[in-house]
Amino acid sequence: MTNTKGRFGIHGGQYIPETLMNAVIELEEAYDHYKNDPEFNRELTELLNEYAGRPSRLYYAEKMTKDLGGAKVYLKREDLNHTGAHKINNVLGQALLAKKMGKTRLIAETGAGQHGVATATAAALMGMECVVYMGEEDTKRQALNVYRMKLLGADVVPVKSGTATLKDAVSEAMREWTSRISDTHYCLGSVMGPHPFPTIVRDFQAVISKEIKEQIMEKEGRLPDAVIACVGGGSNAIGSFYNFIEDEGVKLIGCEAAGRGIDTFETAATVNTGSLGIFHGMKSYFCQDKYGQIAPVYSISAGLDYPGVGPEHAYLHDIGRAEYVPITDDEAVEAFEYLAKTEGIIPAIESAHAVAYARKLAPTMDKDQIIVVTISGRGDKDCAAIARYRGENIYE
Amino acid sequence: MSKIAEAFKNGKAFIPFITCGDPDLDTTKLVVKEMAANGADLIELGIPFSDPTAEGPVIQEANIRALSNGVTTDDVFAMVKDLRKEVTIPMVFMTYANVIFSYGAEKFISICKEIGIDGLILPDIPYEEKGEFLDVCEKYGVDLISMVAPTSGDRIAMIAAEAKGFIYIVSSLGVTGVRSEIKTDINSIVDIIRANTDVPCAIGFGISTPEQAKVMAAEADGVIVGSAIVKLLEKYGKEASKYVGEYVKSMKEACHVS
Repeated sequence: MTNTKGRFGIHGGQYIPETLMNAVIELEEAYDHYKNDPEFNRELTELLNEYAGRPSRLYYAEKMTKDLGGAKVYLKREDLNHTGAHKINNVLGQALLAKKMGKTRLIAETGAGQHGVATATAAALMGMECVVYMGEEDTKRQALNVYRMKLLGADVVPVKSGTATLKDAVSEAMREWTSRISDTHYCLGSVMGPHPFPTIVRDFQAVISKEIKEQIMEKEGRLPDAVIACVGGGSNAIGSFYNFIEDEGVKLIGCEAAGRGIDTFETAATVNTGSLGIFHGMKSYFCQDKYGQIAPVYSISAGLDYPGVGPEHAYLHDIGRAEYVPITDDEAVEAFEYLAKTEGIIPAIESAHAVAYARKLAPTMDKDQIIVVTISGRGDKDCAAIARYRGENIYE
Repeated sequence: MSKIAEAFKNGKAFIPFITCGDPDLDTTKLVVKEMAANGADLIELGIPFSDPTAEGPVIQEANIRALSNGVTTDDVFAMVKDLRKEVTIPMVFMTYANVIFSYGAEKFISICKEIGIDGLILPDIPYEEKGEFLDVCEKYGVDLISMVAPTSGDRIAMIAAEAKGFIYIVSSLGVTGVRSEIKTDINSIVDIIRANTDVPCAIGFGISTPEQAKVMAAEADGVIVGSAIVKLLEKYGKEASKYVGEYVKSMKEACHVS
């Protein structure tokens, strides 16, 4: 494989139609140029700080810490960013890059709607057209976010093919990109897809771990013992991990959506239940049958309801640098309610998967140890769905 | 020499596509025989995939119909083996990388050789990633077909220089499906291909009428049609072979005229 680019061990690559090859090459060249351009970086930092509200807080969850009776728990508050999730970090970077490349139109896929809202927001800010592809099933689960995107001026296209969830939204956005390339940038929302997306998205999200490192050094004078984040495609997790990869003493733990359990077919825990494959432009782990047909995965969380995982996570798993644990719907919903009652913070149901694992891990650790949990987004969007899960029939 | 070359010895080649197992494998067999009997020069057999990202709605639906009937890669192999008792024209598989990768490339491609499949068309394997399967393809003498798109530009020469079997020219941006008009400057793409290889080239994506086939056949060595045939399968189901046969005949005649 002499020509292949963007590999993380055996994972990654560019498994895409020829029609898109020059588009990803153009993107790679533009990114390689602008990532070291002081003016680009100045503009991006200003947007992140003045518009998105960075740096986000690293909050000591004192009540949670006392309740769990073990390690000190810090929460990295990506939920406090403008638009309510970590997604804006990547979107502002890509939208600015697209603008520099002369693109006037952004397309995006979305699962829970957070990436779609972030893309619609950046498009509004920068005066660009925006079309968001969203599984029809997810447009029902996340009706409020559909309205937000429309309010921000975006077109939302419900995708009916396949399982009508995130994977189908990605497929449809890729199809759309092959039909309109010259003025359009595909603003991919996670560390997945063909090279250079997994690298670009990781670099734009790495601000999370850069800040955690500075903030924890200031507060505790030492690095944490563990960093925990939820993993769908894996953008907030790689952002939370990246600057700690070199610090071997810091455990990196990704929480996958187990849905109704990893011993059932209703799961989206890719690393725990999947196998090596090639899909959506990359080699990585996927939930699939023995003939390579992609599995119809399931999770209560629309944002984690994806049958693959980003190639860098697959690599971190292979080399044993990061650990990937399954968290069920039940555990995530309990953690959602727990954080609301204990700390007065309603996390996204995606992020609640990370909180759920922290609840298991913290009590097994010493009181002088430290855990950082990334709260990747806020949970307002999930309240109606969680109420329904608990048998309360409320609708937005 | 590649067996695929034979497909281009009978004037301009007509290359029909169908999805195997749509609506069932017995129908696929009947349709393939009819296509061969009515002048098809090479047949593209689609192995269904759950998430065909290069396909428009028509072929996406055909994939769903086939998979919901439980058709597997092994079933397709068995069908081809059986078909080869009667059908002698070149045949290639069109599918996605994961179907081959998950089966095991060596196992999959050795079976291709054994049952008489002459080439592979994989829309999610561009030039940069062909190393994934190329060595095994060469080992078993199965051609890994290269694709060239309207956006390929400075890549065309590089792709053509290493092409095997035939070159698949994607006529238009976007996914597969019937189009009323093809605006790409195919002529200049073909000129660059000709300057870099003797391998024949055929044009696909969006072609459905004999008039379009005639125009496109004049530009290259052959014409590929998928969605228009799959639509006949969608419309006539198990009774489709007769209609597909008539259609293939009209298209092959149009290719001849050019």
